[in-house]
Amino acid sequence: MSNHEYTPSSKFGKWFNDRLPLLTLANHLTDYPTPKNLNYWWTFGGILTFCLITQIVTGLVLAMHYIAHADMAFSSVEHIMRDVNYGWLLRYVHANGASMFFLAVYIHIFRSLFYGSYKSPREIIWILGIIIYLLMMAAAFMGYVLPWGQMSFWGATVITNLFSAIPLVGESITTWLWGGYSVDNPTLTRFFTLHYLIPFLILGLVVLHIWALHVPGNNNPVGIDIKKPSKDTVPFHPYIVIKDAFALLMFCIVFALFVFYQPNILGHADNYIEADPLVTPAHIVPEWYLLPFYAILRSVPDKLMGVVAMLSAILILAALPWLDTSKVRSAVFRPLFRQFYWILVADVLILGYVGAMPAEGLYLLIARVATAYYFAHFLIILPVLGWKEKTTPLPLSITEPVLGGSPNLAAARSDEKIEKTIK
Amino acid sequence: MSNQKDEKKTNRRDFLFTATAAAGAVGVGAAVWPLVDQMNPDASVKALASTEVDVSSMQPGQSLTVLWRGKPVFIKRRTDDEIKKARAVDINDLKHPEKDEDRAKNPEWLVMLGICTHLGCVPLTDKGDYDGWFCPCHGSHYDTSGRIRKGPAPTNMEIPKYEFVNTNTIKIG
Repeated sequence: MSNHEYTPSSKFGKWFNDRLPLLTLANHLTDYPTPKNLNYWWTFGGILTFCLITQIVTGLVLAMHYIAHADMAFSSVEHIMRDVNYGWLLRYVHANGASMFFLAVYIHIFRSLFYGSYKSPREIIWILGIIIYLLMMAAAFMGYVLPWGQMSFWGATVITNLFSAIPLVGESITTWLWGGYSVDNPTLTRFFTLHYLIPFLILGLVVLHIWALHVPGNNNPVGIDIKKPSKDTVPFHPYIVIKDAFALLMFCIVFALFVFYQPNILGHADNYIEADPLVTPAHIVPEWYLLPFYAILRSVPDKLMGVVAMLSAILILAALPWLDTSKVRSAVFRPLFRQFYWILVADVLILGYVGAMPAEGLYLLIARVATAYYFAHFLIILPVLGWKEKTTPLPLSITEPVLGGSPNLAAARSDEKIEKTIK
Repeated sequence: MSNQKDEKKTNRRDFLFTATAAAGAVGVGAAVWPLVDQMNPDASVKALASTEVDVSSMQPGQSLTVLWRGKPVFIKRRTDDEIKKARAVDINDLKHPEKDEDRAKNPEWLVMLGICTHLGCVPLTDKGDYDGWFCPCHGSHYDTSGRIRKGPAPTNMEIPKYEFVNTNTIKIG
């Protein structure tokens, strides 16, 4: 925490701040010292906050027109698309917003994996992030059910049936989730309620995530601790604010391309057919952001073990800070890890691809190999690497690699403020 | 009090703590249960327990899908060939060993829940490697008795409770 002795300048401000220190909080947030070498991969935290707010705001107004009833849900969504003023825009922003949210969260997670941001002392930030990610998947899944199209209905059927794999109590749990003997109106109304609730849970967890971040401060591309705050950091405002804003603008361009030019490309045509409990679509596929896990589910020939493998694939991430035994955070100084990192990225992309394909023949074989590799990466490669790998030398400070080749090397290593020396 | 010998023994205060905690746990449990149980099937859902189906117009080889408790039920009037195939199987080869005789009391009629036991999709009729049913979701193959032969589904398709009310009508449930 940067500034404990902050006192507001105005008399009223001081009076208020003594009673509720909101201004101290605001001052902390603006002055928050941030490593000055943060690259654009660090802008996705801000982008994700924007995504969450966008989903909450558009979701709130969509809920004013949507009707959560099995007989009316489908037509109420069409009513939003055709009759409600700007309804098409709000719905397309909300639907594509979910995809953009996941796009950003995957970049955010893989940034963390590359630069070792999950390592001590940031384990709690990481675990909070995994919980947020799980809640995002739950919210996205339930949201996808609400239009009550064919993919909604059958996606809901397949996912809720995952619970029936639990021995002994599985069937009762599934019936309890459905509120009946199949996915039906009671299922729809409770999914709507939970879909409305979860974003606010996420919002609360985001506050904790940022709080936990502000205790040790940001990791950075070099992955070493801040040595001299005066030289290695810049205040959050305006330096990071303007960088985040620029990145957000670029992100919004991509977002707008989807919303205005290809609003349905990430969806499935089957979801424009109203739910029919008698006909399963020929090819059930979840949304793109769940495909790698879907591929893992299908690659295991046993029902219970398939579900266990899929859940483990997500939960194993929570154990990552302890599975990666290397003391060096950033992949920049880990030549072997860097190669395995890119293999993992390729592996997850392959899993996503085969998850969208039918589970047979060569696709199934590829899915099995990729699933085995996914687990091997976390359970074998990472623990062994930390112990075997020869890392390259770390710089002395964040500033050193910047000024390392310049005549100002001495300045970079000195305790003096750089600004002074450069003058 | 602290000087007394029975310091380490359980005293009346410990009893009060335990009793209060136990009573509190029961109270919380009683308050939470209605919140949990409200999600179970309600009276109106349970009331839709049985369906009667007229099968008089069905020819051998034809199948019919009806909705019972929100779930599809397959009614198949099997051909002699299909019955022969189903009965010829050695049940020791099956993943979920069940005799066809037990699944179809009247061999001509197979009545079963049209729900894949893997993840609940509706299999396609007269498809798959065993000419029975094929689930398009994750590739489970069922034979002409609705038994799982290949793929991820763990068990055969379920036979619901049903009876012939008369020769033309089946009552499911």
